[in-house]
Amino acid sequence: MTAISTSGLTKRFRGGQLAVDHIDLAVPLGSVYGFLGPNGSGKTTTIRMLLGLAYPTSGSASLLGVPMPDGATTVLHRVGSLVEGPAFYPFLAGADNLARYDAADRTADPATARARITEALDRVGLLAAAKKRYRHYSLGMKQRLAIAAGLLRPRELIILDEPTNGLDPQGTREVRALIRQIAADGTTVFVSSHLLAEVEQICTHVGVMRTGKLVFQGSLPELRRTRASRVSVQTADPEAAAKVLTGLGLADAQATEAGDVQAGDAQAGASAILGDASPEQVCAELVQAGIGVRGFAVVSPSLEDLFVGLTGEGFDVSG
Amino acid sequence: MSAGRFYASELRLVLLRRRNLLLLAVTAVFPLIIGIALRLAAPRPEGGDGGTGLAFFNQLAGNGVFLTFIALSTLLVLVLPVVVAVVAGDSVAGEAGYGTLRYLLAVPAGRTRLLAVKYAAVVIFGLAACATVAAAALIVGVILFPVGPVTLLSGSTVSLGAGLLRLLLVVLYVAAAMAALGAIGLAVSTFTEHPIGAIAAILVLAVASEVSDAVPQFSAIHPYLPSHWWLSFGAILRSPAGGPELTHGLLSFAVYVIIFAAIAWARFTSADVTS
Repeated sequence: MTAISTSGLTKRFRGGQLAVDHIDLAVPLGSVYGFLGPNGSGKTTTIRMLLGLAYPTSGSASLLGVPMPDGATTVLHRVGSLVEGPAFYPFLAGADNLARYDAADRTADPATARARITEALDRVGLLAAAKKRYRHYSLGMKQRLAIAAGLLRPRELIILDEPTNGLDPQGTREVRALIRQIAADGTTVFVSSHLLAEVEQICTHVGVMRTGKLVFQGSLPELRRTRASRVSVQTADPEAAAKVLTGLGLADAQATEAGDVQAGDAQAGASAILGDASPEQVCAELVQAGIGVRGFAVVSPSLEDLFVGLTGEGFDVSG
Repeated sequence: MSAGRFYASELRLVLLRRRNLLLLAVTAVFPLIIGIALRLAAPRPEGGDGGTGLAFFNQLAGNGVFLTFIALSTLLVLVLPVVVAVVAGDSVAGEAGYGTLRYLLAVPAGRTRLLAVKYAAVVIFGLAACATVAAAALIVGVILFPVGPVTLLSGSTVSLGAGLLRLLLVVLYVAAAMAALGAIGLAVSTFTEHPIGAIAAILVLAVASEVSDAVPQFSAIHPYLPSHWWLSFGAILRSPAGGPELTHGLLSFAVYVIIFAAIAWARFTSADVTS
């Protein structure tokens, strides 16, 4: 069984726009799955279909082995979710808002409601603001309250859509720690994000969306393997260094001028795809060839590089 | 057990919301104003033209209980429909507007169950509004006018207790009329995520119905208008109570509830939640 699986899941909006185009998600149980893609690539629409909020045009989806949307009322109480930002009643206090959602859950035990609400608030650090009206919450507090709503009960799967939106760096760290903690409890976490560094830090698996299509799905190491690591040398003599690298049989050797940030070098140097060569040997050969080596590094492609490769330029990293 | 819990939560949300409490307070003020105005005006001599409203006015000088019927029939023109339109229009569209609808459904509240709870709360709030008007009017009527055995519209007299029982039936009848309007409102509310738009649309429908009902040339469609039977509660104040008018009225309300609850359900269970 998988935590989330979809088969040919498709959503065409009434206007004819294909928002989600035959995607086959497979989220393993116990994984922390980063769902990535530029804005408008269909992430939120996919999540809405997973939760039974929107109906697929074709294809199928299942959560924890239960088909959606038909199984919504039987499976969703095992799934916590944060969809497209927090939403609460502005005129109710934080704790009352959680009580409202808990009351709507026919499988929740009313006797433990108060204790569970307190615990959830405590977990996201909002206990002090429990009696404060939601309208007076800051953006970060609202976001945390939404996560608390997802934690009202023990869940087998948590779906978080942009959970760190609007959080300050400290809040972002807290959420990251919280996600790690949730995952450590054995809960599968499905998190959509545009913050690549964040996904890199917490996710075991990733899926990448581009204009409605799932262009990559797999573990992080698998994603890394789609682009080779490069060896990079800092030297005053880039051309000669590039020649040595080519001589060693390394592919795509190229000299780089100072300030060429794209190649990962602020200083002049040379780089090439490392391939199966050993970095120690490459370094030794360079020195032996009389190249003045100022710096030497093996550069793994950053997730962002991988992304731009998968989703094309114009990836909106900030928003 | 937890269906009751969700319903209690919905009732608290509707009944304790400051805006809605204010609406109830406003409905309570109207009977006071009407009572004072009628007390200051000289009591008119007998001899109305048989119209229901006028009949109540004629009776008022002799019995304060009639202020309740005057208040209900006066407020039925606009104030009670506004109150019901606000709560019904807000029911689903308000949740959509806040974005809380998607979280309620993800809980999962269940679409049909959520709709049922919403409609039940609308009905209860409509009843609360009618009861508020009646209670306020009764208090004002007792203070400003003499109170005693109630002379019915058909001429016979019943005891004050029996008269109050009939008042209760009138309140229930008016609440049923408002429940029918509430069903229309619920259906409208499922089509938008802008509560103000839904409220306005419901009011336009209610007023259009009332205006059409007042145009004699439209008499062929009058019995089918949602507002046509609202004021028929006068039949409860005759002896014997009831009659075809009352039956038609209740039947009309039931048909409106069934049709519009079905529309609301069909829409709400099939539409994507995009808010």
